[in-house]
Amino acid sequence: MGEKVLEVEHLRTEFKQEKKKYVTAINDVSFTLNEGEIVGLVGESGCGKSVTSLSIMRLLGDTSGRVTQGKILFKGQDVLSLSNKQMRNLRGGRMSMIFQDPMSSLNPVTRIETQMMETLLLHRTKDKAQARRMAAEMLKKVGIPDVETTLRSYPHQLSGGMCQRVMIAMSMSCDPQLLIADEPTTALDVTIQAQILELMKKLQREEKTTILLITHDLGVVAQMCSRVLVMYAGRIVEEAPVHELFYNHRHPYTQGLIDCIPKIGSGVRRLPSIRGSVPDLALMPAGCKFAPRCPFASDECRKNEPELLPYEGDPTHLVRCFRTKEVLS
Amino acid sequence: MGKYVVKRILSAIPLMLVISFLIFMFIHLIPGDPARLIAGMDATKQEVETIRRQLGLDKPLMAQYFIYMKGIFHGDLGYSIKNNAPVASVILPRFKPTIILTICSMIWATILGVFLGIIAAVRRGKPLDYLAMIIAISGISVPGFWLGLMLIQFFSVNLGWFPTAGLTMAKSYVLPSITMGCGIMAILARFTRSSMLENLRKDYVRTARAKGMSEPKVILKYAFRNSLIEVVTVAGLQIGGLLTGSVMTETVFSIPGLGRLLVDSINFRDYKVVQALLMFFSLEYIIINLIVDIVYGFLNPKVRYQ
Repeated sequence: MGEKVLEVEHLRTEFKQEKKKYVTAINDVSFTLNEGEIVGLVGESGCGKSVTSLSIMRLLGDTSGRVTQGKILFKGQDVLSLSNKQMRNLRGGRMSMIFQDPMSSLNPVTRIETQMMETLLLHRTKDKAQARRMAAEMLKKVGIPDVETTLRSYPHQLSGGMCQRVMIAMSMSCDPQLLIADEPTTALDVTIQAQILELMKKLQREEKTTILLITHDLGVVAQMCSRVLVMYAGRIVEEAPVHELFYNHRHPYTQGLIDCIPKIGSGVRRLPSIRGSVPDLALMPAGCKFAPRCPFASDECRKNEPELLPYEGDPTHLVRCFRTKEVLS
Repeated sequence: MGKYVVKRILSAIPLMLVISFLIFMFIHLIPGDPARLIAGMDATKQEVETIRRQLGLDKPLMAQYFIYMKGIFHGDLGYSIKNNAPVASVILPRFKPTIILTICSMIWATILGVFLGIIAAVRRGKPLDYLAMIIAISGISVPGFWLGLMLIQFFSVNLGWFPTAGLTMAKSYVLPSITMGCGIMAILARFTRSSMLENLRKDYVRTARAKGMSEPKVILKYAFRNSLIEVVTVAGLQIGGLLTGSVMTETVFSIPGLGRLLVDSINFRDYKVVQALLMFFSLEYIIINLIVDIVYGFLNPKVRYQ
């Protein structure tokens, strides 16, 4: 196991709703990312995955959210105490991010070359010609066939898959140590999705980048990740190595998610789903946040919130549930 | 891009022809017989007929239109009855004041309007936003004639800083420009603000921040650069309105410009001058739209590459 790249400790992010009224979007989120691993962060929409990533990047500024508790250590450095300028040096350089919708994530009025060079000029070199060469090289690396034409293109002239390749090239161009990929393939069709994932894996192997892969697709997780964090209602409810998670999960929510994957030849006609939906941030239930939707919930679950604890003393498998014994894998 | 520009210019020609036809027909729909007006109320029928034939008014309408258009292509806009001079010589000296006034108003209104809009969007919900929007709303709500009179009263009569009327020196343009540009400044401020707010929420702005770009660059190179496409469109339409809208300001400040000439000519039924002025205002609208379209093409690659 390599060096720790990112340590998130008891992170809590709140959003302002009305005057002086805050709702908690994520609470007590703790996890560690080690060098060179791909960790999946899964959960339904609205469970706090993106808020977690934006908190780490300190990009909550354009929303009403703010981190109110906890620590984010990047290579041992406290991200939350950095000045804005120091943070800007980190962002896009050693710590970068790609987003869900590649078409709208690129500036529509500037050429690809300008957008790629901007990042390089901010972090790697002051020489424009060199920045352009580096951009071209990076595009070649992500498998873009006609590099020169692509560099001269505007985003609307490229397909979604191409745009995402450009985004990946851009975010990887400064050799980041941490890449946060927020649903990088959700907006793409399945064949392109596979290519993009393969590309990310290849780059990760070559550059030893740590990737936090945010997704709601457990298939993607199985293919890519070595470790998985399952999030529900702003909390991590289970954390385990990928194999352990699929075959020996202990949280009823994880089980629910896995049951929702269609299986070939299982004979089940109707695909199961988790009944209900993620609770409203302002109306969080007391006790375990999953209790209202949980088939195993008891009175204890509704009263007290369980803590995230090792399952049967295994420090790599953490679960937040009172009734782990009853959840059958 | 060159192809795009040529296409836009060529498409303006038929439009201008249609407009010239409509203007010609509408002028002839105005009640009143110019021949009778010239000859006077006590002229005999025969005298009126003679004048009518002299003016070519006895010919069919279509023939008159073609004669008129032929004249235009030869630089002959007709004869002003009121001034007893060719229309061109009546209009030409009036151009300068109106155009200078328009340019001055447009420059300060655009700069201040866009600036206020950006500040308001970036400081959304903060005191600066409210201040900018109060300025903008006042700018829209204050009627131009009242503002003009108030400015004269305060700055010219009370303080004596500027002349009260006419165009005797460079300073004379200050108060009319303020009066004329106020509404546009306000419209642009509000428009820039809403467009900026929309663009600041876009995904690519988040990407720019994730790249580590500084906030002023994010605002100008990403959000404002995209807002500019819409702002230019609105600004262009406003300039068109300014040239024609100078009527009121020119009257309040007694400026011998095109706007006042139009009012005077309508009052005196000086048809040829009215006709020429309307043609000019239409042409000016078309040219400004053309410029906006071309600038738009430069700003928006999606348009350019279609």
